[in-house]
Amino acid sequence: MDLKILLFGITRDIIGDHSFTIRLNEGGYVGDLKKYLYAEYPEMKKLRSLLIAVNNEYAPDDLRLSEKDEIALIPPVSGG
Amino acid sequence: MIKITEHPLNPENITATVYDDNAGGVSVFIGTVRSSTRDKKVIRLEFETYLNMAIKEIEKIIEEAKQKWPILHMTIHHRIGKLTIGEIAVVIAVSSSHRKEAFAACQYAIDTLKQTVPIWKKEIFEDGEEWVSAHP
Repeated sequence: MDLKILLFGITRDIIGDHSFTIRLNEGGYVGDLKKYLYAEYPEMKKLRSLLIAVNNEYAPDDLRLSEKDEIALIPPVSGG
Repeated sequence: MIKITEHPLNPENITATVYDDNAGGVSVFIGTVRSSTRDKKVIRLEFETYLNMAIKEIEKIIEEAKQKWPILHMTIHHRIGKLTIGEIAVVIAVSSSHRKEAFAACQYAIDTLKQTVPIWKKEIFEDGEEWVSAHP
């Protein structure tokens, strides 16, 4: 399945775009996406944290992904 | 009430949204842009957000604060875009019957906002730039 991933903050700088698409096995989990990102973009491993948001909620590693989900990378937040 | 905007924030107007005849006090936190960080001179900050999720996370903060303390109203406005030194980045206003709850809820709100709300700031220095808190 092809997943569109929204990018913010430093993850946008690392990948160089506002969003990108990755191909993951059907029924893949949030944890699989993280593994893929860490392997493909070693810079992501240097971040203080990297969370994944699915449909506007922070998602655990064992959440299954589908092509219909809105997925975003959430690097360490720094509002306020 | 919640707002995330590129326009300047007006603390007086934001405070007015929480006034209530049953309130004995209003606590307001105003976050402003500092001129230096770790001894480096900051020229400006650039804030960006994941808007829909940020609104949702701020809604959770207000709901949780209302469960923890008997507050009357809470308003949170956050500015995004380019901000220069001294400008206001965030305003949190809380009203309650007694001051103690207003202070506590206000502190809880800003502390939690900094940990959970998807808003990012980049510091622009004279000789470079850096996403705040991105690295350990």
